[in-house]
Amino acid sequence: MTLPALEIHQVYKSFGRVQALQGIDLTVQQGEFFALLGPNGAGKSTLINILAGLALADSGKLAILGHDVRADYRQARRSIGVVPQELVYDAFFTVREMLRFQSGYFGIRNNKAWIDELLEHLALTDKADAYVRHLSGGMKRRVLVAQALVHKPPVIVLDEPTAGVDVELRQSLWAFIQHLNRQGHTIVLTTHYLEEAEALCHRVAMLKQGQVVTLDTTANLLNRHTAIQLRLKLAPSCLPAALKELSCGQDGELFKLSLRRHADLEGVLATLRESGIEVEDLEMVKPDLEDVFLELVK
Amino acid sequence: MTGLLTLFYKELLRFWKVSLQTVLSPLVTTLLYLLIFSHVLEAHIQVYPGINYSSFLIPGLVMMAMLQNAFSNSSSSLIQSKMNGSIVFMLLAPLAYWEFFAAYVAASVVRGAVVGLGVGLAGLWFAPLSLAHPLWMLAFAVLGCGMLGAAGIISSIWAENYDQMAAVQNFIIVPLTFLSGVFYSIHSLPPFWQAVSRVNPFFYLIDGFRYGFFGVSDVSPRLALEIVAACFLALSLATLLLLKSGFKLRK
Repeated sequence: MTLPALEIHQVYKSFGRVQALQGIDLTVQQGEFFALLGPNGAGKSTLINILAGLALADSGKLAILGHDVRADYRQARRSIGVVPQELVYDAFFTVREMLRFQSGYFGIRNNKAWIDELLEHLALTDKADAYVRHLSGGMKRRVLVAQALVHKPPVIVLDEPTAGVDVELRQSLWAFIQHLNRQGHTIVLTTHYLEEAEALCHRVAMLKQGQVVTLDTTANLLNRHTAIQLRLKLAPSCLPAALKELSCGQDGELFKLSLRRHADLEGVLATLRESGIEVEDLEMVKPDLEDVFLELVK
Repeated sequence: MTGLLTLFYKELLRFWKVSLQTVLSPLVTTLLYLLIFSHVLEAHIQVYPGINYSSFLIPGLVMMAMLQNAFSNSSSSLIQSKMNGSIVFMLLAPLAYWEFFAAYVAASVVRGAVVGLGVGLAGLWFAPLSLAHPLWMLAFAVLGCGMLGAAGIISSIWAENYDQMAAVQNFIIVPLTFLSGVFYSIHSLPPFWQAVSRVNPFFYLIDGFRYGFFGVSDVSPRLALEIVAACFLALSLATLLLLKSGFKLRK
């Protein structure tokens, strides 16, 4: 049987009187592209820090590819690469030096070929001998990604990797991460750009106040949680009483109705016809992960 | 061992890249002490028979420079990593707590030795220097730098900011080094201050190190070595326990 990439069982963590994590249970299978979403303070970074060994859980079990993060920390850390949220760097060293050191910390002596490949994929080749402190924010972020990947970890955790990164770079970064995912690397992502999670991730866990409030495939979440929004411009500009129960707001002359299914559109149009109201403009808006997110964290 | 060696090399490269500040500056400061004190006191003081004051002063200044720089090396590197967050790169890696300890302490010993060697060689221009017991000299040098390297790790783990770190350096390390018999023999002090000096471990480091050069000392070199070795082991154990627990490093 294949070991899960991540196994998190009943993890609790508090900081003083604040309960950051309250019994988190989560399993991520190998090869998944998994999103960990939630509002600020939900516990995403705390959970990642505990997985990475940057913080210690009060109780519970965490394993990376079967390696306990405390008892078997060396193997656990070799199995995971973490891109931290903060833009951190060592002011004394160049990009290449940082990558060589990081390789060495993971026990890898001659890593030049892979470092060169990483630099190329992340468009950093011409900055290899520049001091990290002299790079732009986006480039520093890419150096962090390279450092996390320097030991070719089977599990890659990206904590807000595209914060403050321009669109072009964000796209090239995702193309590279998707390439790694296709090669079999498990990807766990936290992001505030929900469209990224929607486009990339197979499964999503949403955290709120240190608990998993939902865990499902991205497609199921989108189907299950949020209605389709129908936006109508009518002449005359009034909504028949029979449709009032579907109303979910009005924006100027635009009426917004909430439909469970696409097929419900037929009934709405029939009611409008019977009421002698003409449709001047019509738009169907599909739900996105942001709607699900907002609904769940309400 | 690759992890340990890499961290050790990184620490060496870190201080070498700013060697004006980490090597040349303490060397010049220490030589200024030597220049001033030897010129002012040379004609007035003879601590040990047959040894002029400048020669007496050199081993003490060498050891003082070594101790202060060994402490600075581990403490400044770690507090900077903590403050700017780059310590995560080491914490994310599969480095054992004892590898972390060994790399930082070894780098402190090297920095202390480089500065000490510089001061010693430059000191020869001021006064002649014999080397009666080189192995004793070496043992005190390595143990002293190791002790201060470990103390630097403990202080930087404890300190929450640069101010607290500077307080440890200025209010503990500097007074202990200055009041350890660098510039005098404790026999020239009143009985009370002699007793106080005997509870300062730095006194045994200076005295034992000086024995390595001249073959004479204020206390038995064997006793000094035992006390210094015990202090080194106690500080190392405390550092290892702190690192193992993750205190203030892993939240």
